[in-house]
Amino acid sequence: MHRFLIATLLACVVAPVSGFAHKIWLLPSQTAFSGNDPWLTVDAAVSNDLFYFNHFPLTLRGLKIVAPNGSIVEAENQHELKYRSVFDLPLTQRGTYRVAVVMDGAFASFMADGERRRWRGSADELATGIPENAENVQITESITRVETFVTNGGPTNEALTASGRGIELIPITHPNDLYAGETAKFQMLVNGEPASDLKVTVIQGGTRYRNTQEETELTTDAEGKLAISFSEPGMYWLSTSTSDEDTSIPQATSRRLGYTATLEVLPQ
Amino acid sequence: MTRLLCTLVTVAFSVAAYADEAPKTFDVSVEIPKLNVSEYHRPYIAVWIQDSNRKAVANIAVWYQMKDSKEGAGTKWLPDLRQWWRRSGRSLEMPVDGVSGASRPAGKHTISLPVSDSRFKVLSAGKYELIVEASREVGGREVVSIPFQWPLSAGQSMKAQGSDELGEVVLSAGSPK
Repeated sequence: MHRFLIATLLACVVAPVSGFAHKIWLLPSQTAFSGNDPWLTVDAAVSNDLFYFNHFPLTLRGLKIVAPNGSIVEAENQHELKYRSVFDLPLTQRGTYRVAVVMDGAFASFMADGERRRWRGSADELATGIPENAENVQITESITRVETFVTNGGPTNEALTASGRGIELIPITHPNDLYAGETAKFQMLVNGEPASDLKVTVIQGGTRYRNTQEETELTTDAEGKLAISFSEPGMYWLSTSTSDEDTSIPQATSRRLGYTATLEVLPQ
Repeated sequence: MTRLLCTLVTVAFSVAAYADEAPKTFDVSVEIPKLNVSEYHRPYIAVWIQDSNRKAVANIAVWYQMKDSKEGAGTKWLPDLRQWWRRSGRSLEMPVDGVSGASRPAGKHTISLPVSDSRFKVLSAGKYELIVEASREVGGREVVSIPFQWPLSAGQSMKAQGSDELGEVVLSAGSPK
């Protein structure tokens, strides 16, 4: 079962290269919270349609939640269901939480026993994952960040600082301060550096109820910045990917990077 | 007749005198319409002043369910007052003295604040808007605004009419000291 899921995730990560694309996403129950004891609940899934869990659950092994004070907090009630994973998070601090699933690993393709085989796992498992008689071994490092942002009370920025690994979104407009009819600005980073010429796709949820994806294609400028005009309120999926040779795994020859964020745009 | 003329002149003078004097109070009247619905909950209502950049500069009132509950005396639903939440609410620690109040039944409700209130001290002369936002559980949401010039002149009165969740909203400047 896990092997199967891994293969699915691999397909997702490879998707921008191979041309078919499942979308990976987190869907927060809401993004603006108040009250004495607010709880966030999140669906995490892999699907073609936004935001409908009808294909595969997203594994929560890479779940990493940064609290408003910068500390890492654990989600409660984590479950992997048939078509989606779920988890809850009590928002005990005031401010903005960065909720992410980060898949950080490697995949390999090689010839062994006369057939082409594929493997995927963490960097540590590489040595044991590939048989000794493997030939034509191609190892690719892979980092995909799937995230969303929620705020209890007023928006804060402490949780939104770059980790410096993979593709990241740095707010110019706060990701929990998005409103229909306004333009939001973000900066995209790769390894903590501004990423220019990155192709970014933005799609509004609710694809089941329209005929076309209606995606917006944007390209980051020389400083890695992009401006998105949100005409309607709703949940939006932002996605980008790239590849380079800047690997941190010695045996890897190339690196694939993916990023998706779910952003809620509120009505005026 | 002469006596009547004299009286009229006196009245005219006193109105003129009013206009020159600062009003004593900043009065807001908010009408919550009576709705014929099967499930009715009193609306949450926020009243605030924003400047020409839509920055909230003074909170006049926020009425919500203040009874203690596990979920925090109704504060859980304050983001439903979504403009107010964005402009002010989300950065406040509720309740706020002199602003927070219990939700009100249908009818006309008046808030009268002395112009000497500290909230008005931050207002420099210029254009502002009085905003009233209402949001009702299992109901709708509505925003009504009244543009005004600060400082107000005594006797001034401005009206706006809501259509669903709000009735008549009146901003008036009370008589001078």
